[in-house]
Amino acid sequence: MAAPLVLVVLAAVTVRAALYRSSLAGFIAERVEVTSPLNAWKRVVEGLALLDLGVSPYSGAIFHETPLIIYLFHFLIEYAELVFMITDVLTAVALYLAIQDFNKVVFKKQKLLIELDKYAPDVAELIQTPMEMHYIPLKVALFYLLNPYTVMSCVAKSTCAINNSVIAFFILATIKGSAFLSAVFLALATYQSLYPLTLFAPALLYLLQRQFIPIKLKSKSFWLYTMQYASLYLCSLVVIICLSFFLLNSWDFIPSVYGFILSVPDLTPNIGLFWYFFAEMFEHFSLFFVCVFQINVFFYTIPLAIKLKEHPMFFMFVQLAIISIFKSYPTVGDVALYMAFLPVWNHLYRFLRNIFILSCVLIFCSFLFPVLWHLWIYAGSANSNFYYAITLTFNIGQILLISDYFYAFLRREYYLTHGLHLTRQDGTEAMLVLK
Amino acid sequence: GGMAAAVLLLLLLAAAGPGPGRAEAGRERRDALREELLLTPLPTGDVAATFQFRTRWDADLQRGAVSHYRLFPKALGRLVAALGVRELHLALTQGFWRTRYWGQPPLQAPAGAELWVWFQPTVTDVDKAWKELSNILSGIFCASLNFIDSTNTVIPTASFKPLGLANGTDHHLLRYAVLPREVVCTENLTPWKKLLPCGSKAGLAVLLKAERLFHSSYHSQAVHIRPICRDASCLAVSWELRQTLTVVFDFFSSGQGKKDWSLFKMFSRTLTDTCPLASQSKVYVDISPKNKEKELLEVSPPPTSVHEAVVQGDKKTYAVYDLLSPSLFNTSRSLNVQLKWKRPQDSSEMPIPTLHAQRYVGGYGLQTGEICTLIYNTHPYRAFPVILLETVPWYLRLYVHTLTIITKGKENKPSYIHYQPAQDRTRPHLLEMLIQLPANSVTKITIQFERALLKWTEYPPDPNHGFYVGSSVLSALVPSVIAMKDMDVEQSPLFTSLFPSSDGSSYFVRLYTEPLLVNLPTPDFSMPYNVICLTCTVVAVCYGSFYNLLTRTFHVEEPSRGGLAKRLANVIRKLRGVPPL
Repeated sequence: MAAPLVLVVLAAVTVRAALYRSSLAGFIAERVEVTSPLNAWKRVVEGLALLDLGVSPYSGAIFHETPLIIYLFHFLIEYAELVFMITDVLTAVALYLAIQDFNKVVFKKQKLLIELDKYAPDVAELIQTPMEMHYIPLKVALFYLLNPYTVMSCVAKSTCAINNSVIAFFILATIKGSAFLSAVFLALATYQSLYPLTLFAPALLYLLQRQFIPIKLKSKSFWLYTMQYASLYLCSLVVIICLSFFLLNSWDFIPSVYGFILSVPDLTPNIGLFWYFFAEMFEHFSLFFVCVFQINVFFYTIPLAIKLKEHPMFFMFVQLAIISIFKSYPTVGDVALYMAFLPVWNHLYRFLRNIFILSCVLIFCSFLFPVLWHLWIYAGSANSNFYYAITLTFNIGQILLISDYFYAFLRREYYLTHGLHLTRQDGTEAMLVLK
Repeated sequence: GGMAAAVLLLLLLAAAGPGPGRAEAGRERRDALREELLLTPLPTGDVAATFQFRTRWDADLQRGAVSHYRLFPKALGRLVAALGVRELHLALTQGFWRTRYWGQPPLQAPAGAELWVWFQPTVTDVDKAWKELSNILSGIFCASLNFIDSTNTVIPTASFKPLGLANGTDHHLLRYAVLPREVVCTENLTPWKKLLPCGSKAGLAVLLKAERLFHSSYHSQAVHIRPICRDASCLAVSWELRQTLTVVFDFFSSGQGKKDWSLFKMFSRTLTDTCPLASQSKVYVDISPKNKEKELLEVSPPPTSVHEAVVQGDKKTYAVYDLLSPSLFNTSRSLNVQLKWKRPQDSSEMPIPTLHAQRYVGGYGLQTGEICTLIYNTHPYRAFPVILLETVPWYLRLYVHTLTIITKGKENKPSYIHYQPAQDRTRPHLLEMLIQLPANSVTKITIQFERALLKWTEYPPDPNHGFYVGSSVLSALVPSVIAMKDMDVEQSPLFTSLFPSSDGSSYFVRLYTEPLLVNLPTPDFSMPYNVICLTCTVVAVCYGSFYNLLTRTFHVEEPSRGGLAKRLANVIRKLRGVPPL
C-alpha cells in the first residue's frame, strides 16, 4: 500500500509546486474564501515585520496568530512553501495511517457483533468486507491531498494547513490509543484555534471504548479515566500557554487571539455566517448574538455524545463538520478536512437521499464565490447581498450534507439490528420513518 | 432729576477712583497688538493675502489668578489656564495650497480642521484634558471639533516639537488630531473675528468680509497660542496669541481674467483707519523681482517704505504701508493698494520650491489599495532629511512589510521609523519616518492597505462618497539659497518668528500633502432585518435537522387510519364510482 500513497503524494506535491510558480499563486493568496484574518500568510509576514521593527505584533489588530507560529516561522520564513507542502503531506499520511487502523478496529468489532448474533440475518449486503475497505485509507489521503480546497489553501500558505495537520495527528494518536499524545495534540489544536475543544468528547469516547471501559455515569473507572484524560489535556494546554507567555513576555496574545476568535470584531467577508450578520446587526443586540453564535458551535457536543456514544469516529466527523461550518472565520481549508473523511462512510451511499443535489450545490457555489466577489468588489455591478446569498447557500449545502450522512448512518444502524427487509404486521413492505 | 443723577455719577466715579482700575490704568501697558497683512502675487496670476494678528501679553496665565483681560481674549486665556495648555495650534482650512505652483507657503495647514496641543507636565490625565479641550474649542469656534476622539488622535514622537518655550519634550504630553472632512464657512469666521481686540470694526480686520473670503481657492484661518520669552534674558514668560488668515484669490473667478489686483477687487473693501488698540499695523506687498530682473509689479499709491528681508531662504523686497504713519491717510480717506503687472508674466519663470510633495491612492477595487507619496527635492546640490508623519484611520489596514521607499531607482532606508499599528475602533495607524532626500531627486513611498468592512451603523450618511484620510505632514529644515542673518526675531515680520531656525543656513518648513478619499465596501443598508432572519434560518435548518436526528428514532410505519382529508376523498370517490383509497 505504500507505493500508491507515494504516487499520490508525488502528484500532490507536483500540483502544488506548479501552482506556486505560476501567476495564480498571488490571485489565490488574496481570495477571502481561502484566507481569513486568522490564518492569512500576509498577516504572518506582517507580524514578523512588526517584531523586527520592535513593536509587539499584538499591539495592532492585524496579527492574530499564536506565539508558537511566530516562533516557527521566525526560523522557517524562507522555506515557507516547503513547510506548507510538507504539512499537507504529513496530514495526508497521518490520516492514511489513522484510517488504516480504524478500519481494522471496525472490522474486528463487526466480527464480534456477528458472532454475538447482534445483527439481523438478512443484512449480509450491509456488512463491510475487507476487500472494499482495502482502498479506503488511500482514498482518504487522495481526497485530502487532491481536493482543490486543500490545494488552494496550501498555495495561499494559509496556516489552516498547520491546524489541519495537528488535528490529523490528534486523530491518529486517538485511534492508536495513546491518551497522552492525543491530549497533547488536542491541546495544540485548541491552543491554535479554540474550537477543537469540542473534539475532547469523541476522543474520550473512543479511548474509553478502546480500553473497554463502559460508559456509565455511575462507573468509577469511567470517571477515573475521564479525569486522567482531562488533566493530561488541561496540563498540556497550560504548559503551551505558559511557553507562549515566555516568548514575548506578555499576555497580550490572549485577547488578540482568543478574544478575537470569540468576539469577532473583524467583519472581513468569508464563507461563514458571522460577517454579514454582524455587519447588519443592531448595536444593542450585538453581544447577545455573538454569544448565541459561539454557543451554537459548542452545544451540539453533548447531545451528539449521548446519541453516538457507540460510534465515536462518526461523532468526530460530525463534530469536525460542525466546527468548520459554524466557526467564526471559516475557510475552505477547514471544509477540506472533514471532506477527507467522506470515503470512510462510502458504505452509506445507498442511504443518502440528496447527495446529487448537494454536491451540485457545493460545486456551483464554489465557482460562484469568486465571480460574485469580483462583481461586488471590482466591477461594482453587484452588491454584498450577492456574495452573502452564496455564503448562505454554501452553508445550507454543507449542513444538509452532514445531516444526510447522519441520517444514512442511523438508518444503516437500524437495518443492521432489525434486518434489511422490513415487513409490517400484515406482511406488506414497510416504510421507515423518523418519529 | 438729571442734575441729581449727574452728581451721583460723579460721586461714584470718585469713590471708584482709588480702586484697582486706577492702579491698572496707571501701570505701563502689558499687552500689545500688532497686525500685518501680506499680499503676495503668485506665479500663476493669483494673489495670496495673509493676515496676522499678534497679541502678546506679559502675564503668567498658568500661575496667576488673572482676572483682567484686555487685548487677550478671555475665552482662550481661561482655557489655557484651566486645562494646563502649554501650546495650542488650531487651523481650519478649506482648499489645498498648491506648493508646486504657488511656492512655499508662509504657514500651511491641512484641509479640514487640525488641532495639536502640548500640555503642561503638571497635567495628570492628558487624554481627559484633550477631550475637554476639543469640546470647548468646538463651542468657541462653532466647528465640529467634538468629533475628535481616540480614533483620530495620535501622539507623534518627532514631528511636532514645541514652537514656544519648552523645558522638556516628553512627547506623551502632545496630542495631534486632524478632521479632514470638516468644512469651513462663515460661522467659523465670525467667532474667530470676535477674538480680535478691535473685532472687524477697525484696522486690517475690516477687510475680512465673508462673502469675498469664501469665494476663493484656499482659505485657512488659524489660532496659535504659545509661551515666549518676555525679553532677551528670558527670565519671565509672556503669552503670544497669533491669529492668522490666509486666502488665495483665484485669477479666473475673483479676478475676472485680469491680473490686476487691488484691495477693493479682492475684499470689496478698502482700509479706512487703524485699530486704536494696535501698536503696529502694516501692509506688506511682495514686489520681489523674479530672476534678478527689474520689478515687474507696480504698486500704487506709493508705499511709505521699502523693506528687504531674507524670508524662507530667499531675498524678498516688500513695499510697506504703515497705517499708523500720519502721511498715509493725508491724500484720501481710504487706502486701496493696487497691484499692476508692468509686463506680462512668463510662465517659464515660475520658480519651483525646493521641497514639495504629492500623495495619491493607487490600486483598483474595494479590497486593497496603496498609498503613494512622492517627495521632490529640487535643490541642485544639497541633500536634507525630512520627517514624514502619516495618520491613517484604522479601517484602512496598513501592512508595514509592504512599505517601500525608492529614490532614483534604488531603495532608500529611513534612518528612523516609528510605527504604531491601529487598534480596531480605538486608535489610528501612526507612521513617522526620517527619510534622507538626495539632491535633485524624487522619492516614492508606497504602502499597501486592505479596506475593512464596517458595521452598518459606522458608515456616514453618504457612504459612497468615501472616507477621508488626513493629510500627511512633512517637516524639514530646507537649506536656503541665501544665508539668513541673525535678526531680532521680535521685530521681524511675516511669520519668520513662528518657526525656530537654529542657524541662518536653513529654514524650517512644514508641508501637508493632499487628503485622500477612499471608498470602502458597503453592506446593504436596507437589509438588517432580512439578514438576521436569513442567517438565523440557516442556523435553524441545522438545529432542526440535528434535533430530528438526535431525538427521534426509526420506526416501522404503521398504516394510518386516514385523516379527515382521506375520508373526504373517499366520499368524493364513492360519488364518482371509483374504488376508495
